[in-house]
Amino acid sequence: MLTLIGIVIVVIGFVLGMNPLLVVTVAGLATGIASGLGPLAVVAAFGKAFITSRYVAIVWLVLPVIGLLERAGLKERARSVVAGLRAATVSRILLAYFAIRQITAALGLTSLGGHAQMVRPLIAPMAEGAAENQYGELPDRVRHKIRAHAAAVDNIALFFGEDIFIAIGSILLIKGFLDQNGIHVEPTQLAIWAIPTALCAFIIHGTRLLLLDRWLRTELARKQGET
Amino acid sequence: MITLEHIYWLTGLMMAGVALVNSRDFTNPRRFNNTAFWGIYAITFLIGSHLPDLASGFLVIGMVLVASIRGLGQGKTESTSRAEREASARRWGAKLFIPALTIPFVTVLGTFFFKKITLDGSPLVDVKQATVISLAIATLIALAVGMAMLRPPLSAPIREARRLLDAVGWAAVLPQMLAALGALFAIAGVGNVVSGLAQRWIPLDNPFVVVLTYTMGMAVFTMIMGNAFAAFPVMTAGIGLPLIVQRFGGDPTIMAAIGMLSGFCGTLMTPMAANFNIVPTALLELPDENAVIKVQVPTALLLLAANILLMNFLVFRR
Repeated sequence: MLTLIGIVIVVIGFVLGMNPLLVVTVAGLATGIASGLGPLAVVAAFGKAFITSRYVAIVWLVLPVIGLLERAGLKERARSVVAGLRAATVSRILLAYFAIRQITAALGLTSLGGHAQMVRPLIAPMAEGAAENQYGELPDRVRHKIRAHAAAVDNIALFFGEDIFIAIGSILLIKGFLDQNGIHVEPTQLAIWAIPTALCAFIIHGTRLLLLDRWLRTELARKQGET
Repeated sequence: MITLEHIYWLTGLMMAGVALVNSRDFTNPRRFNNTAFWGIYAITFLIGSHLPDLASGFLVIGMVLVASIRGLGQGKTESTSRAEREASARRWGAKLFIPALTIPFVTVLGTFFFKKITLDGSPLVDVKQATVISLAIATLIALAVGMAMLRPPLSAPIREARRLLDAVGWAAVLPQMLAALGALFAIAGVGNVVSGLAQRWIPLDNPFVVVLTYTMGMAVFTMIMGNAFAAFPVMTAGIGLPLIVQRFGGDPTIMAAIGMLSGFCGTLMTPMAANFNIVPTALLELPDENAVIKVQVPTALLLLAANILLMNFLVFRR
């Protein structure tokens, strides 16, 4: 039971709003000690795990390019492209990105999106631009909600698209694990059974995205009524 | 051959550059904290593969202390004003998208073709890491295109990288830290304890209750671990295989496929999946660090319900 101390620390730390880096480190060290490792052995295990996980950080290599383009007005340009399209609304832009992201992920092209590469420089400014087009200057609350939706679209489309591709990490993990347990399955079969959930994801989140325009309309109409 | 190690050197150089720019930014009252934080991070990339584990561990603890005791700051200077950017956007027009779209385009192309290129009989890139290496090469090509096109000062890319990385702040390191925590959880056997608890306390003699426990367990355990990949072996070995497959004769393929996707519903709802849920709030400059999670929760819950029903109707259909 004592091995669960790390989970308790993480939950308490996040609820109290402490610095997550500190919370995670303390949780890791406590878990190691609870499992019977010596203090130095725990620090070494944590260091080793941190070093072997460095690949997670490689995505930051895109920042010099994205920053350079932002300096030259990339976000402003993304907004003005949308300003030229009268049919563009927040719902339609996000739904289009959702469909493209989910289909390309299903074809194994998971690196076509991403928060640093696509959402911050292109998708979020386009969605904001569409809303500004229709309603003029946006209150911060609405602007932030649109941005959060842009980030969420990237995540949901990726998660429920990528499993339809047979060579993706999660499919290989499932196959490897079942093989170890003496059950042999075909990656294509695993991929096929990911399709029902993928369709549900498209229907559920697509509907929510379509409702977003309506939310904007009532929200901003009320705002204008107040002033 | 280009391996992951070379990409780490590149990342380390970028982090070192970010530290250097920070050390000379007098508009940031905590500039030495930022310098120390990104500087130590740079070391873990440049020589991390050769450091003893204990030294790496103390470096990580050093970063955490710098970030949490006095915290990181942010410089105040912007390289260009909004009016300058709008003028530049008009001047360059749609051409600005070329370098931005070069990144995904070359990455995808690279994952297919870099594997096939060989030099003196050995492959040009480490085949196992083709995607990550392709991404790194794509950013270099995009940077070259951008520099040739825009002709900014040579220091512009690293200054801009500094601006964006400081906007993200310590959250940039959180995904990696959580991956390390997951490894420690695995060493300590946290998963076995959790599935043992589930087996002891939940009545598992009805197929629907078993499906419910497995799918919800995947979601909840993914929320705790921040990663469905960590939850899957634990829940499947503890509940899925012995009960759904062996006792009630369910189809292991369908169980595994939908089980993993139930875990992904959990990923949408947890701050522990920092790279998906916390990092974007920093990148998009949202004041509420749970803003993305709040938007995702309704979809995640509806989809989890859909998964429970799908598994219940599909897994026992034989």
